[in-house]
Amino acid sequence: MAGRVNFELVSPERILVSDTFDMVVIPGGDGDIGVLPDHAPLISTIRPGVIDIHDDGKVAHQVFVAGGFAEVLPDRCTVLAERALMVASIDAGDVRARIEAAELDLRDAESDADRTRAGDELAVLNAMLEAVPDS
Amino acid sequence: MANLKALRTRISSVRSTRKITSAMKMVAAAKLRHAQESAEAARPYAERMARMMASLAGAFAGREDAPRLLAGTGSDRVNLIVVVTSDRGLCGGFNASVVRSVRQRIAELHKQGREIKLLCLGRKGRDLLRRDHGELIIETLQGLDKGFSYDTARDAAERITRMFEAGEFDRCTIVFNRFQSVMTQVVTWQGLIPAVAADQPVDDLGGAVYIFEPDEGAILEHLLPRNLGVQVFRGLLESQASEHAARMTAMDNATRNAGDMIDRLNLVYNRTRQAAITTEITEIVSGAEAL
Repeated sequence: MAGRVNFELVSPERILVSDTFDMVVIPGGDGDIGVLPDHAPLISTIRPGVIDIHDDGKVAHQVFVAGGFAEVLPDRCTVLAERALMVASIDAGDVRARIEAAELDLRDAESDADRTRAGDELAVLNAMLEAVPDS
Repeated sequence: MANLKALRTRISSVRSTRKITSAMKMVAAAKLRHAQESAEAARPYAERMARMMASLAGAFAGREDAPRLLAGTGSDRVNLIVVVTSDRGLCGGFNASVVRSVRQRIAELHKQGREIKLLCLGRKGRDLLRRDHGELIIETLQGLDKGFSYDTARDAAERITRMFEAGEFDRCTIVFNRFQSVMTQVVTWQGLIPAVAADQPVDDLGGAVYIFEPDEGAILEHLLPRNLGVQVFRGLLESQASEHAARMTAMDNATRNAGDMIDRLNLVYNRTRQAAITTEITEIVSGAEAL
């Protein structure tokens, strides 16, 4: 078996994950990127979505990220995420309530900046809801 | 005796001051530990972002279509200074040293005929700068000492970006106290716009070049505002750690001074009391002799 990927998930506040895994699948801006050891150097944006961390032939962890950047080098993979949380800890009901609130915000937005912001928030929340299994 | 009473009151007042300063010292020490931890925890993100910035900026070196946040407006007429201070005082020279440095910079820039705008993060900076440069302050953010998160920094950074895009200034620098050790905090100036790629050696990729997805331009467009947020966040964290360190040192000194003062006052108090007793005895003795 080939080597393992050094994977790091970092938020502005702290390092969330730092370990080696078999494979990591990242929701890149242009589509999902599967990272195995000895991947070509790559920098990509990340769209709101789920990072699948594969270990022992199955998905070991799922982490939701609201966007950020990924840097891949042959020996490691670093994801800079602004907001990240474990999929298991997401509460679908709570997210639905926040989606409704965000939709209201979007409707009441007065300036373009507010509208963009509410729109972004809504996209993140929708992606979050999709991430939750059986919702 | 009135004098003795005055001394007693004085001593007890200094005692209670000492209690307060030593309590503040303890609180600052506890908060410092926390602030230092979060400053250190935030470092990896900033470092990796700086590395990414360096790779991307390398890809754009010398190109004319570089985003304005990276390359600047080509002018340096209007300067925005982001002044990071604390909301509260009683922390020694912490705020004064930042403000002194800002005053110098304002004088220099004015001499060169530049225009200056100030954005204060923290109440003290505004309070101290208001008298001389009140008209330069465009905005103040306060309430930071009640705790802040990355979102606070991001909001501030977004505001800065919006102002930049609206053409309100050409250059932006941030000034804050960098935490070096508990004893030393260094006033640090750092450029925000145009973004300066950190002097960090880009990893040797063995001749390989990064693949950029979607492309350099699109990534930079996202990365630059984020980078701004991270820099502001770092400034806030460093400043927060410095503030608690400065307060701890200041309160340690104050507690020690109060102790010295209590010793001195006690000495005077005892002497005065002894003098009063001696006078009384002399009076009684001379009264008895006179009989």
